[in-house]
Amino acid sequence: MPDLYKPEIISVINDDGYADPAVDPEISNDDLLKYYRLMLLVRIMEENLLDWQRQGRIGFYAPCTGQEACHIAAAAAIEDRDWIFAQYREPGAILLRGWPLRTFFAQTLGNSEDIMKGRQMPDHFGDPEMRFVTPSSPIGTQISQAVGAAMAAKLKGDDVISLVYFGDGATSSSGFHDGLNFAGVFKAPVIFFCQNNQYAISLPLEKQTASENIAIKGQAYGMEGIRVDGNDFPAVYKAVKYAADKARNGGGPTLIEAVTYRLGPHSSSDDPSRYRTRDEEKQWWQKDPIVRFENYLRNKGLLQDDYIESLRASLQTTISETFREAEMVEPPHPETLFDDVYDHLTWNLEEQKQELIHYALGEGGRCPWQI
Amino acid sequence: MPIITYREALRHAMDEEMARDGKVILLGEEVAQYQGAYKVSQGLWEKYGSKRVIDTPITEEGFTGAAIGAAMAGLRPIVEWMTFNFSLQAIDQVINNAAKYRYMSGGQIKTPIVFRGPNGPAEYLASQHSQALQSFYAHCPGLVVLAPATPYDAKGLLKSAIRDDNPVVFLEGEMMYAWKGEVPEEEYLVPIGKADIKRPGKDVSLIVHSKPLKAAQDAAAELAKAGIDAEIVDLRSLRPLDEKAIYDSVKKTGRCVVIDESWPVASIGSWVAWLVSKNCFDYLDAPVELVSSEDVPMPYNHRLELAVQPSAPKIIEAVKKVMYLG
Ligand SMILES: Cc1ncc(C[n+]2csc(CCOP(=O)(O)OP(=O)(O)O)c2C)c(N)n1
Repeated sequence: MPDLYKPEIISVINDDGYADPAVDPEISNDDLLKYYRLMLLVRIMEENLLDWQRQGRIGFYAPCTGQEACHIAAAAAIEDRDWIFAQYREPGAILLRGWPLRTFFAQTLGNSEDIMKGRQMPDHFGDPEMRFVTPSSPIGTQISQAVGAAMAAKLKGDDVISLVYFGDGATSSSGFHDGLNFAGVFKAPVIFFCQNNQYAISLPLEKQTASENIAIKGQAYGMEGIRVDGNDFPAVYKAVKYAADKARNGGGPTLIEAVTYRLGPHSSSDDPSRYRTRDEEKQWWQKDPIVRFENYLRNKGLLQDDYIESLRASLQTTISETFREAEMVEPPHPETLFDDVYDHLTWNLEEQKQELIHYALGEGGRCPWQI
Repeated sequence: MPIITYREALRHAMDEEMARDGKVILLGEEVAQYQGAYKVSQGLWEKYGSKRVIDTPITEEGFTGAAIGAAMAGLRPIVEWMTFNFSLQAIDQVINNAAKYRYMSGGQIKTPIVFRGPNGPAEYLASQHSQALQSFYAHCPGLVVLAPATPYDAKGLLKSAIRDDNPVVFLEGEMMYAWKGEVPEEEYLVPIGKADIKRPGKDVSLIVHSKPLKAAQDAAAELAKAGIDAEIVDLRSLRPLDEKAIYDSVKKTGRCVVIDESWPVASIGSWVAWLVSKNCFDYLDAPVELVSSEDVPMPYNHRLELAVQPSAPKIIEAVKKVMYLG
């Protein structure tokens, strides 16, 4: 009889980097390599983004370092038609959905090529065409929204489910309770995907909740709770695939706790040495999800060291070149400020717009924003 | 007199009041071990311990409600919201509860709490982190709403707020935390409900509060070069509002520009502008002007976010209007 309070942590890749064929999920070799390249791209890109932030070239960034396997595997295990509600630490998910790097950087910079028109913070990427909802900064608010999207799909008879990402900290929010309760009551086809990276800014999990773990919280809302090794790509893929199939077949929601670790800072404004030890970080670097995935792929005969080296080099070149190009793009024109407040430009917004243009482009061309 | 930052001034106020009164506690996200998201509470956890400086789980509604209960039971909590934007998750506790208990209970229950944190736009934070929400709170009877813009006022007003028996909403600003100013070493309080003339002048009144004080000061310096002598009235207290100070100034200058970084509709700025129009009608030489945020959510792009906010050139433009200059 398994201990319901301590669900076992599902893993696939063993310490030697091998997977037991009996538990290894079915993923094509091409896909495995595609996911690997994406994980590496995200890792290198974020190292660069943090540097660029320090150089003042971007305003802010919150990296997902250490959580690449976790969030990419979850997105990989659902269909493109399914909803994704992100928290903010999921760059690989939108790249997997098909955003080119240039589009990603345009959003990070908020320039005039940005499809979000320079309105949202970095990490808050989204694309409704891809059913990828831009993160909402107040923690936890996306959770009940994801349930609503899933309920709508069910009501319309669409074969669509929702995947919602959130952190361990977000499990304290009202949104978490509301979302899980609703999904339980309405049997909504939704996957609650908690990236338990052990910290919410500086607050460790044990100060966030007195529960043994997060997965067991599912039971109280009438749904299955699964714990999975978040640094084990095939294990996360497998757990999410299982929850997705269940949701699609009318089995309702699942809470998945992916146990992982944020190896980097909370954001570009954070210094983790204030609240945790280097030793602790080192221990988790031993479980680097990219290295573990590399071992797994090597053991499958899919990856050689020289390929990894050349891949790193070419990804770095692509990243640097694409960012340099994106940096050259003009910022959005101040005239665009007034668009999208409503479905049309109201007369009073039109008036404000004219006034601003008058300041900016009127006699002497004075620009209020250059002060 | 020592020169300290606005951040330090707030910290000293909390420190002094916590030392003075063992019932004062501080709670919120990251306030203890991390020393506050903006380092306002630095050192307090070491000094007062985990019983009085409390890191909470991420639920504004939860810790705000807990503070209300603790206040009913005799403590004097200071609630730190990481930003006022997230106070919206707790606004039911504040407006439906903290602001109402005294009234609903026929005066029997008091909830002496200070709700504090950064309000208003900073930089690179986009629409969900940049809102100036003073009118949401100032709208509501039962709350005291304070908005200091200098280290001196921040310290003196926070001490008054902590000692006040009403729930007090205390609006700071991320950009203001690093601002410096003179703060005396000896103890002092700034009274609630008193505006302050930050620059005396005779030609036009600039009525302002919070961060736009800087823009008003820049504008006044620029206007002085053109021979225009602006008076700056810093409201400091939004509810109660020092109407007398406003009217005295406007009656002297005959011209009024109100500056408020919130949206223009139903704001402190538009309320003050109406009060002046009504109560100083016979003294006014021109209609009152309002310089507010543009009526849009805050964009992320830096050029755009600067264009949205009140700025010295926008204030100068408004002054030119009330003075009928080109
Ligand atoms: C309602 C609300 N309160 C506070 C914050 C400030 N904040 C931003 S991220 C964060 C921590 C979130 O932790 P977690 O959910 O574990 O996600 P992680 O950052 O670890 O990925 C907090 C408190 C916020 N964004 N929203």
